[in-house]
Amino acid sequence: MQLDSRLRFDSLVVGAGNRLGVAAARAVAESPGAVYNPLFIYGGTGLGKTHLLCSVGHLAAALQPQLEIEYLSLDEFVEQLHASVSAGQMDAFSRRYERVGLLLIDDVQFLTGRRETQAELLRLFERMQTAGGQIVLTSDRPPAEIPDVDERLISRLSGGLIVDVTAPDYETRVAILRANCEERQLEFKSGVLEELARFNFNNVRALQGALNRLVAAKAVTAEEEVKPEPPRTPARPTPAERPTGEFESFLSEVTTVVQQQVESWQARLREAVAYWNGEGYRTAVLERALTLTKAPDVAGLLATFTAAVEHLRDLEQKAVEVDRALGSDPVFRDPERMAAAEDLVERALAGETPPGGPSPAFARAAFEVGTSNQLAVHAADAVIASPGVKYNPLLIHGASGVGKTHLLHAIGNALVQARGSRLVVACVHAQQFIDELIASIQGGTIERWRARYRSVDALMIDDVHFVADKERTQEELFLLFNEIVGAGKQVVLTSDQPPAAIPDLEARLRSRFEGGLVVPIQAPDRALREKLFARFLSAAGRESDAHLLTLLGQQPVQSVREIIGVVNRLGAAAHAAGAPLDAKLVRRELGAVTPYAGVPVVTQANDARDPAFMDAEKIVWDWPEVGSRIIEEFR
Amino acid sequence: MSLVNYAAREITCKIVYYGPGRSGKTTNLHYIYGQVPGDRKGQMVSLATQTDRTLFFDFLPLDLGIISGFTTRFQLYTVPGQVYYQTTRRLVLQGADGVVFVADSQARQLDENVESMQDLHANLAEHGVDARTVPLVIQYNKQDLPADLILTVPELEEQLNFRGVPSFAADALHGPGVFETLRAVSEQVLRKLSTGGGG
Repeated sequence: MQLDSRLRFDSLVVGAGNRLGVAAARAVAESPGAVYNPLFIYGGTGLGKTHLLCSVGHLAAALQPQLEIEYLSLDEFVEQLHASVSAGQMDAFSRRYERVGLLLIDDVQFLTGRRETQAELLRLFERMQTAGGQIVLTSDRPPAEIPDVDERLISRLSGGLIVDVTAPDYETRVAILRANCEERQLEFKSGVLEELARFNFNNVRALQGALNRLVAAKAVTAEEEVKPEPPRTPARPTPAERPTGEFESFLSEVTTVVQQQVESWQARLREAVAYWNGEGYRTAVLERALTLTKAPDVAGLLATFTAAVEHLRDLEQKAVEVDRALGSDPVFRDPERMAAAEDLVERALAGETPPGGPSPAFARAAFEVGTSNQLAVHAADAVIASPGVKYNPLLIHGASGVGKTHLLHAIGNALVQARGSRLVVACVHAQQFIDELIASIQGGTIERWRARYRSVDALMIDDVHFVADKERTQEELFLLFNEIVGAGKQVVLTSDQPPAAIPDLEARLRSRFEGGLVVPIQAPDRALREKLFARFLSAAGRESDAHLLTLLGQQPVQSVREIIGVVNRLGAAAHAAGAPLDAKLVRRELGAVTPYAGVPVVTQANDARDPAFMDAEKIVWDWPEVGSRIIEEFR
Repeated sequence: MSLVNYAAREITCKIVYYGPGRSGKTTNLHYIYGQVPGDRKGQMVSLATQTDRTLFFDFLPLDLGIISGFTTRFQLYTVPGQVYYQTTRRLVLQGADGVVFVADSQARQLDENVESMQDLHANLAEHGVDARTVPLVIQYNKQDLPADLILTVPELEEQLNFRGVPSFAADALHGPGVFETLRAVSEQVLRKLSTGGGG
C-alpha cells in the first residue's frame, strides 16, 4: 500500500489531543528502532491515526532514503500471510519482513480472534526487533482492550510506547479548518470557520464533512450573487436589487443604541467590574452602584475602589509573611470586608492564640515527691532545667490518678516561669488535640492548625494514648513531632501505659516516643501517702498529727485521687458526727465500715465534688476488717 | 456567548430566526442580505437542500463596523423548521442573545406555528434560559397573501403572542416588516446591555 502523499507532519494540525502522539511519532521517524519500539497509537476513528502513521513513513523516508518502509493495513498483512502460506512460501514472507526497517500497520484491532495471524505477527515482531526494525501500529483501542488476543502479543505491543489521540478542542478545530481552507485555497469571511468549529464535532472527518458542505453551499451562493435570478430558488424572487437605505437606517439606529448603552456611566462601571472580577476581587459595591437610577460620581467611586484594593493587597502581603495559608483568604478579595481583613492581619501578626497552655493550678512546688515517683520528677526537673536537650521526648506513664497530669502541667508552668511569658508552651489533652485537628479539617484550615502547633516552643500532650487507632491524628502528630523535636524543642507526653503497650499505635510513633525517656509513676508509696494526706488535710483546714498520718498512710490507696477521696470522706464524716477528725474517727470510718455502708456517707459530701471520686469502684480502700483483708491478700 | 466583551471591546449579538418550516426565516435573511451595501456585504452561508429547504442553518454575519470603539457584529441565524431537525435547532439556539419568531400567517399553518412556539420554549428551557427574559419579537409573515388564506394579525396575536412581545406584520419576500423586526429585536438585545444581561 502506498503512503498517502498528503498525510505528512507539516499538514498535521497539532493540538492538545494529539500532541503526545505527534511528538512520539516524530521521535520514531527520526530514529527508527531506537526509541519507542513498537509505537502503538490508538484513538477514535477520524482523529488522525492514519495521518500520523503516514507522516512517520514520509519523514523516515526523507531522512533515510535507503530505509525499507512497509505500510499496510492489518487486512493486507493477513492476506499476504495467507497467500504465502498457501504458496508454501512462508520463509520468503518472513525473510522479506526481516529486511523491513520500518513497518507501519494500520487498524490492528482487527487482530481479534485471528490466532495464526497473531502467532505469525509475534514471530515477525521478535525477528524485526532483533534486527533493529521499527514497528508502528494504530488501533481504535489500547492493546489490552483488543479482545481475544494472545497475551504474549499484547505484552509485546505494550512494550514500547502507547499513546492515544483524542478529539480536537475548539481551537484545534479552528486550526484544522483554517489549514484545510488554505490547502484548498478557500476563503471564508472571518467568523465563519470559528462558528463552524463551535459545533462539537468529535472527529476530524465530521469536521471536514461540515466544511465541505459549507464549501458546496458557498459555491451555490456565489453563483447566486452574480445572477439576478437565483437558479436554485425559482420560487423565491431575489429581494430588492438595490439597497433601499433600510440597512443604513437600521445601522444608524443600532449605532445610537450602542452609543447610549456603551458610553454611559454604567458602561464605565461595568468595565471596571469586569476588570476587577478578572483580578479576582469582589465588586458588589460597584454592582450596587450600577443599580442606581442617577449617575453617581463614577471617577470618585472607581478611585476609592482602587485605593481599597491597593490596601487589601498590602494587608494580604503582610498576612502572607506571617502565614502562607492566609494568602488565599477570601477577605483579601472583598473591599467591603476591609475590617475583617485588617482584623485577620492583626491577629496573624499578634500570633495566633497558642494551643492552650499549662494550667496554673498545677504547680511544681505542690507536687509531692516520694520513692514511687522520684524518677519521673527527676526527669521532669532535668527537662525544666534544659528543655529539649536531655530527655526528648519525656514520656511519663502510670495508672490513673497518680499525678501524671499534675507533673505535665507543672513542667509546662516551670518552663514558662523560667523563660518568661514569651515562651509558648502547648499543653493539651490528646482529645483536645484530636478535636482541633478534626475541626481544622472540616474548616479547611489545617495549614493554620499546623502552623499554630509548629510555632510552639514546647509541646505537651496529656493522655497521648488517645491517639491510638486514629490514623490521621497519628500522621499529623508524627509530622508535628518530627518538626518540634527536630527544632530542638521539648516534647513531654503522658500515657496510661508505656508506648510498647499502647494498642494500635503506629510503629513510627512508638519508636519516636521511646526515643527519649520513658519513665513510670507508681502508685504512691507509704511515705508519699503520708505526705499527701498531710497536704490535703491541711488544704481542707484539718489538723493532723503524726499518729493520724501514720494511720492514714497505712491505707492501701493506689492513687492521689483516692487520697483526696479519703480526705473528703473523713472530712464529711467528722462534720456529720460533729467530732474532730482524729484516729478514732479514721478507725471507725476506714477500719470498720463495710464498703457498701460507706457509700451513702460519701454521697453526702458529694455536692461540689467530682462524682468520679464517689464511684464505688474508686473507693474500695476500706475492707471490712483486717482479718478479711489478710485472707483477701492471700488469695 | 458574551454580548459585550469589554476587554476585547467587541459587541457580538447572536439573533436566531425561529419558526415552523416554510414560514420564511431564510427569506428574511435573504432580504436583509440584499439590503447590505456592497462594501459591508459579508458571506451569507446557506446550507439548503436541492428543494430549497434549510437543512443545517443559515448564517448571515453583519459587520456593523466600529461603534463607540466597539467592534460590533450581528450574527443572524435561522433554524431548520422541520420537526425532525430538533437537534440542529437546539444547537443553533445555544447562546442566542435574541430570537425572532417567524410565524406563517396562513390559516392552515396555525397548528404548526403553535407547535413551533412551544418547541422554542422547550429548547430555551433546555439551555437553561428563561423564555421570559430572552429578547423576543414575533413576525407574522406572508401577510401579503389573499385575505381568505390567512389569519389577521389580531387573530394570530391571540394564538401566539400571549406574552405581549413586539410583533410585526411582514412580507419577507418583498421587504415590508423585515427590518422593522430586526430593528426591534436588536434594540431589545442592546437594551439588555444596560440591565447587565451581557458581560
